[in-house]
Amino acid sequence: MMKKPVKQIIQSFTLWELLKGLALTLKYFFKRKTTLQYPEEETPVSPRMRGALALRRYPNGEASNGEPSQGEERCIACRLCEAVCPALAITMDAQEREDGSRRTTRFDIDAFKCINCGFCEEACPVDAIVLTPEVHYTLERGTNILTKEKLLAIGEMYEKRLAKDREKDAPYR
Amino acid sequence: MQDQLLTLLGIVIKIVIIVLPLLLSVAYITFAERKVISYMQGRIGPNRVGLRGLGQPFADILKLITKELIFPTTSNRYLFILGPILTLAPALAGWAVVPFAKNWVLANVNAGILYIFALSSLGIYGILIAGWASNSKYSFFGALRSAAQMVSYEIAMGFTFVGVLLATNSLNLSDIVLKQSGGIWHWYWLPLLPLFMVYWVAGVAETNRAPFDVAEGESEIVAGFHVEYSGMMFALFFLAEYANMILISGIASIVFLGGWLSPFDGIPGLSALFAWVPGIVWFLLKISFFMFLYFWMRATFPRYRYDQIMHLGWKVLIPVTLVWLVVVALAVQFKIGPWFS
Repeated sequence: MMKKPVKQIIQSFTLWELLKGLALTLKYFFKRKTTLQYPEEETPVSPRMRGALALRRYPNGEASNGEPSQGEERCIACRLCEAVCPALAITMDAQEREDGSRRTTRFDIDAFKCINCGFCEEACPVDAIVLTPEVHYTLERGTNILTKEKLLAIGEMYEKRLAKDREKDAPYR
Repeated sequence: MQDQLLTLLGIVIKIVIIVLPLLLSVAYITFAERKVISYMQGRIGPNRVGLRGLGQPFADILKLITKELIFPTTSNRYLFILGPILTLAPALAGWAVVPFAKNWVLANVNAGILYIFALSSLGIYGILIAGWASNSKYSFFGALRSAAQMVSYEIAMGFTFVGVLLATNSLNLSDIVLKQSGGIWHWYWLPLLPLFMVYWVAGVAETNRAPFDVAEGESEIVAGFHVEYSGMMFALFFLAEYANMILISGIASIVFLGGWLSPFDGIPGLSALFAWVPGIVWFLLKISFFMFLYFWMRATFPRYRYDQIMHLGWKVLIPVTLVWLVVVALAVQFKIGPWFS
């Protein structure tokens, strides 16, 4: 693209393009800033956020030991999550419980192997294993095996939010 | 004997009165720069230390003071130490002849502009020595680039001063300001507009600031001439750079924007309204404007390539100044306009 030489000379001597650039930056000087001040502010989290792992319970009903506050655990040891897990992070053993229902006796997830892909959550027929939207957690060597008790505890901690997020996402499932 | 001591004491006090606020303003100008640039980039900049980030410069200074001074084993130690000193000294010494307001000047030298010009050229030696003494490829390249750049832009800058000399018939900075009295249209930015532009571009190049910061060029030569410097010695370079920037801004406002003169002079009504404002306020405002321009340009323009810098310096700026020198000479000879009558 060749410009006419006269036009080019006038343009460069009036600093036209430099002034245009300066005008642009000056416009941005007065614009709203996009900085997010992290510890005080956070980005909005999607209900589909795949954070820490958890096992859920049913909202009501009695647990096996008769305590009314704890709902029955959802997991029926179908092993679909174990089969679908691409990182082989899930290890599980199952046995018949006293009341005749099939339950897990061992449900370990190695958080170091887990890649938070969410396949286990998709595979689960009873919405037992889920990924919470919580991302502020750390795992150190030694604490990386999440046992059934730990997973259920995490599930209890986030149950309200989990239920709400699932409700929100239900139309798209 | 006692008289001499008293005079000396007086001079030292005057120097402290100039240098201390200068160093303080350097600290806050670094803060202002970070703020301005981040605002132009859609960020909010430093805001954590102290009230709204105002403690940031002091946190930086504290960090630099407590850092270790590293001397590379292959460096020339004496020159290595001499480098930052030689850079800082002229940057501070230049302030001796700057008139802050009417008669507010440490040394009312008749050849004030020449003095400033000489000292700003001296600053290059510090950079050159620092780059050489570090004995590192990057520093050496930075020093070479900086030397070439300063040599070429000093010529254009010198010619702009010739134009000012033609217009004012004086090299004394106070006289130059007084010659511009009579209102904003009497200031030399109007009759010497091309020289003003050339001076500003050359001044930015002289202080090694963006878009002429090839001497530091962090994308290709890390940090240029001060790669090997750490802690306080790096801080001295930093200080010198900013002191030089303020000096260039100060000279620009004295020579082209009427120094301490009020912009409302000669406008009926407004001139009386703003008569109470002391001259130094206008002077500082003008300096602030130029400093903002520095930051603004840094946030806007990409860095020039080396050959582009040489092209601009030799083939554009020098011819422009030469042509405008002739125009100014003719205007003075035939007493044109409100400026040269």
